[in-house]
Amino acid sequence: MIRLGYNTYISVGLFACLSWLLVSHRPLVESSTEKPLKLLSDYGLFIGDLTDMVPAENVLPYELNTPLFSDYAHKARFIYLPEGTQMAWDPIEVFDIPQGAIIVKHFYYKADERDPDSENRFIETRILKNTSKGWKAWGYWWNDEQTDAAYKALGGKTDVTWTDVKGKIREVHYESPNQFQCKSCHSYNGKIKPIGPAARQLHGGKVDYVGNWVETGVLTGSPADHSTWPVMDWKAEGVTVEVAARAYLDANCGYCHRHEGPASTSGLFLHDKYPTGPETGVLKSPVAAGKGSGGRTYDILPGKPEKSILYYRMKSNDAAVRMPEVGRSIAHEEGLALIKQWIEELE
Amino acid sequence: MINSSPILRCAFTLLLSCVVAVLAKAQIEHQQAWQLALLEMEDGDTLHLPEGTYTLTESLLVDGYDDVVVTGAGMDKTILQFEGQKAGSEGFKVSNCNRFTMKDFTILNTAGDAIKTQMCDQINFLNLETSWTGKPKSTNGSYGLYPVQCTNVLIDGCKARGASDAGIYVGQSNKVIVRNCTAIENVAGIEIENTTNAMVYDNLAENNTGGILVFDLPGLIKKRGGHIEVFRNEVRSNNLKNFAPKGNIVAQVPPGTGVMVLATSDVAIHRNTIVENRTTSIAVVSYYITELPIQDDAYEPIPHEITIDGNNIERKHQWPTFKNKIGKLLAFKFGRKVPPIIYDGITEETLAGKDLDFSKNAVLLMGKQADFAVLDAARKFKDILINPPAFIYTGLDSPIYDSFGL
Repeated sequence: MIRLGYNTYISVGLFACLSWLLVSHRPLVESSTEKPLKLLSDYGLFIGDLTDMVPAENVLPYELNTPLFSDYAHKARFIYLPEGTQMAWDPIEVFDIPQGAIIVKHFYYKADERDPDSENRFIETRILKNTSKGWKAWGYWWNDEQTDAAYKALGGKTDVTWTDVKGKIREVHYESPNQFQCKSCHSYNGKIKPIGPAARQLHGGKVDYVGNWVETGVLTGSPADHSTWPVMDWKAEGVTVEVAARAYLDANCGYCHRHEGPASTSGLFLHDKYPTGPETGVLKSPVAAGKGSGGRTYDILPGKPEKSILYYRMKSNDAAVRMPEVGRSIAHEEGLALIKQWIEELE
Repeated sequence: MINSSPILRCAFTLLLSCVVAVLAKAQIEHQQAWQLALLEMEDGDTLHLPEGTYTLTESLLVDGYDDVVVTGAGMDKTILQFEGQKAGSEGFKVSNCNRFTMKDFTILNTAGDAIKTQMCDQINFLNLETSWTGKPKSTNGSYGLYPVQCTNVLIDGCKARGASDAGIYVGQSNKVIVRNCTAIENVAGIEIENTTNAMVYDNLAENNTGGILVFDLPGLIKKRGGHIEVFRNEVRSNNLKNFAPKGNIVAQVPPGTGVMVLATSDVAIHRNTIVENRTTSIAVVSYYITELPIQDDAYEPIPHEITIDGNNIERKHQWPTFKNKIGKLLAFKFGRKVPPIIYDGITEETLAGKDLDFSKNAVLLMGKQADFAVLDAARKFKDILINPPAFIYTGLDSPIYDSFGL
């Protein structure tokens, strides 16, 4: 299917010659670390059965205050830091994460959400590795026996059924992203970058990850007092609708709808750093939305969620209308209810 | 088959279902094989899409390569049919690639845009077709060929039909050539938006709602377009009803529009053949005409320096469209004898209630070409001017266009 260009032959030839010249001076194993390993277990990030999720040494579990909605899948997150390395604090962006670090995210469903001991069904595990050539994103698809997951560049698809907290049977046609689709979200000025591990997502919640990481020396450069930092927790006790809604939009839209993200074309910016106003869609006309406008004139018409494109697209399951474009096939009822209330209360 | 035995019929059905199953499997294999090839290719590679019609159900994505070519066997030979697309909204999406060429294939009936390229340098669209078949409708995808945030774009010899926004749409890009293309039965045939240094020439725009549009919109990172030449195009009978979903800017374009400049400055429209567009042949308007709020201080809603030169404009006396407020206004003011070239006359002065400042040369006709009206839209059409001499240059000097010699 692929015919190699003339240049490739020349490059391969040159590379072979250079390699031969350098072979006595350089270790050859270096390159293999830039490629995805075959099996999730090959990374040695967990002890015992993978489904027990017991982290190995230098593998730190964490949760985000406001996670991205992914068709009601549960997610378990871990970061591996090579021995002796640290992350550097940043007030807004994701922490500066050292080369060699690996971020791991399992996606799984509980058979019955009402029962905490209900069985987990692991679907996929995503790996983000900070290689010498920048971040790489690799997807692993779990076997039916639930013993391991294998690298799958094209991603996978499967039907999932579970019982939700209200006892209702739910179904979803789950799709994991192919390798390029990872960049639909993980894109920062055209390069792959993590999204989650940022200050506002990692403190002020049930566990103070920032505080713990500073204490154990894996996070440096943070100000001594972090009580004044913004917390982005859409479910925090006593949280205002405005803060909760912006937290939700940041986590679900802001990685792409920012100047550095692919949706910068739209002029709609939903990252937490933009104040609520025209940039976040208030009385803003759409650009290149096509049928995504749903016949509506503004991204957000204050007081009128049903007349706001933002709400319409979050509610739609149509492939050419829905937002986010990838990562969900059904709407997030709780998120929608929040955004509805937020737009209703906007003036 | 009519007289055949039940056994034969049964066998035939079985055979048919097997054929269908095998074909369906083969189609899924194409989807996966091509996406895998695109994932695993290297800089400098070429992906060949052989002759045939292929049903695809998901977007094909490419990201991050240099010097890659994706080629079919010919526009009418390699056909990628996306009818009933299940995942992704584009047909083909290319991002962060440099020196990337797509040529000789057709994409049909995608859920959203047909071919979108973003953040690419030296991107070539050659002999491609993007169409939505059947009657043009608002549920068609928005854009056929859609480079955005790209530099050095060449769109050559392509066809676009049925887009519910623009057949060929260049957004927020720099250094662009669109030539030898055909855009029919789209809302906008060719649209150049918030884009600088573009040349649009030797194209045919026929039976769209609007033939060729040059727009600047507020609220974007790339604030201003400009330095654009639209020349030697054939802009014919763009009288199709507007089927864009409401809310999109092109939904405001009146059926019967030949060439329209909205808010963009430094645009030259020259040597085009603009015929039988019922509402307006050339319209120059500000963003204020949309009556949408502007919440962007760095945005310039008023166009300046629009040159109209040597166009062949024909329009028989007929009613402009009644399906649009500009059309209705023209009908009300001029009846069937609408001046083919119109300018809304909205400037800082007229917005402040003063008279138009002729010295600013917002629009300049190099010779008359056709009747020209300044509508005075800022002052409720109080002082409409027909062929104002200050806007029509009758001397012998001709401006030098970048396209000079083409």
